[in-house]
Amino acid sequence: MPDGSYAHPQQRQFNPYTENGGTILAIAGADFTVIAGDTRQSEGYSIQTRYAPKVFRLTDRAVLAVNGFAADGNMFVKTVKQRLEWYRHAHAKDMPLRAIARLIQTMLYARRFFPYYVYNILGGIEEDGSGAVYSFDPVGSYEREACRAAGAAQSLVQPFLDNQIYFRNQTPAPGTSHPTHLPLPDVLAIVIDSFTSATERHIEVGDGLEMYVVLAKGRSTQELASIRGAQELTPKEGGDRIFVIRRELKKD
Amino acid sequence: MNTFAERFSVSGSAAEIRRAKEVIGEDDDFTGVMWGSAGGFGNLSKGVPTFSVPSVPDPTDFLRLHTDDHADPSCKIKIKHGTTTLAFRFQGGVIVAVDSRATAGSYVASGTVKKVIEINPYLLGTMAGGAADCQYWETYLGIECRLHELRNRERISVAAASKYLSNLVYSYKGMGLSMGTMICGWDKTGPAIFYVDSDGTRLKGDLFSVGSGSTFAYGVLDQGYRWDLTDEEAQELGRRSIYAAGHRDAFSGNTINLYHVKQDGWKFIGNYDVSEMHYNGPGGTGGYGYGVRVEGRTSANPAS
Repeated sequence: MPDGSYAHPQQRQFNPYTENGGTILAIAGADFTVIAGDTRQSEGYSIQTRYAPKVFRLTDRAVLAVNGFAADGNMFVKTVKQRLEWYRHAHAKDMPLRAIARLIQTMLYARRFFPYYVYNILGGIEEDGSGAVYSFDPVGSYEREACRAAGAAQSLVQPFLDNQIYFRNQTPAPGTSHPTHLPLPDVLAIVIDSFTSATERHIEVGDGLEMYVVLAKGRSTQELASIRGAQELTPKEGGDRIFVIRRELKKD
Repeated sequence: MNTFAERFSVSGSAAEIRRAKEVIGEDDDFTGVMWGSAGGFGNLSKGVPTFSVPSVPDPTDFLRLHTDDHADPSCKIKIKHGTTTLAFRFQGGVIVAVDSRATAGSYVASGTVKKVIEINPYLLGTMAGGAADCQYWETYLGIECRLHELRNRERISVAAASKYLSNLVYSYKGMGLSMGTMICGWDKTGPAIFYVDSDGTRLKGDLFSVGSGSTFAYGVLDQGYRWDLTDEEAQELGRRSIYAAGHRDAFSGNTINLYHVKQDGWKFIGNYDVSEMHYNGPGGTGGYGYGVRVEGRTSANPAS
């Protein structure tokens, strides 16, 4: 109509969510944790950027990976970091990992009626020095696990992890048993293989891989010495240490 | 009565005040208290939980549009579902048994979910429906039960705890919460079970099963149930019932978690793999499903 009104009833929907693809993954060892994610960000069949980090360092012993809707994910990480800083000012120490996990639950659940479209995986070192992974659904239900994949290629990667980490459907040779925790080089090899394979079979995965390695206090860094391009992010020694390892993935 | 609707409605006096605050620039989400020692308390730092709601005419419609995977399997936010849980009262206390599978659509999102929520050493809650709803509100119930202890110098009764929860979820009725839970414990009156769900139903009873596999569990439970079951018989009945559900219901399975509530609080009995129960049974004492079907009838068992 000339006056700006409509001839017919109009219906609108409030649709604030999109899916930005990508995959994240975390595996806990006895005294370390690896948290990884690819760096491709896409919308539909278009690649928006080949480098959009999905894995973030929170403290010297906690790393958070986010997947789903990138805008929600970035905003969520920002607010978690802000809350952790406030905690540091109030208590003069970093928040322990299990407390961060509960904080993330309450922060996600605070948006129960307007959810963040984000799947979170939190990895790091517990106060007892053990490696830990916490996985969350978008509204805050969470669970501590040994490994978890989330995102676009979750259904490709998780069965592989179940087989290689939990030894599902594998029978040990007579007189032997499966190890409860794998060594760091084995875990890194599994993570890299997971992402190269997911890149081959999923169009939303690729471009780059970022692996964060959190080592418990006092643990030897010997195994990382032979890993190409392992870069330390924690300035001080004598505490838990975080390293990042970057790899290229196929870009087609 | 419906305080929640008032709190978040887009018209009315409460909404006017909220809008005024926005104009002045007062940020409702972050108050000064969060800078202090309450900094780690998530959305609880004001003493009561606070929630963000989208500013649309019908927030419930918005939530259903984006999260309900029954109405629309292609919706983006998949909330974990699917379950079998059971609890029954008998001479020796309360048995609580649950499976451990969580599904998002047809994907098995997890096979290691803890569906028994340990509210405190005398109270257990079970999880069916939305995993986050049960986990969050039953943890919150734990906080309130502890406050009750501190204020009244005695433990809260199962009846009171369950009523607290049911009144709480009733105040959110119609907003899309989804939970079907059994609050189990031992108080002055002895062993007690209350069924509480997000519709506001609260029932006292001896025997309940909740979830997609509940019909299968009831089948085994009802035919084996007696008040004067021994502890071992009762535990076996709980385990066997969840096995039956895990076997016949696609949305249930993986492992069984078994708890026993007695006068001195609850005790975790064990975790049992459903497939292991099918072939070998608890402790390898004979499978529930395989042996009875094939023994002496197939080439799989040529000896008999």
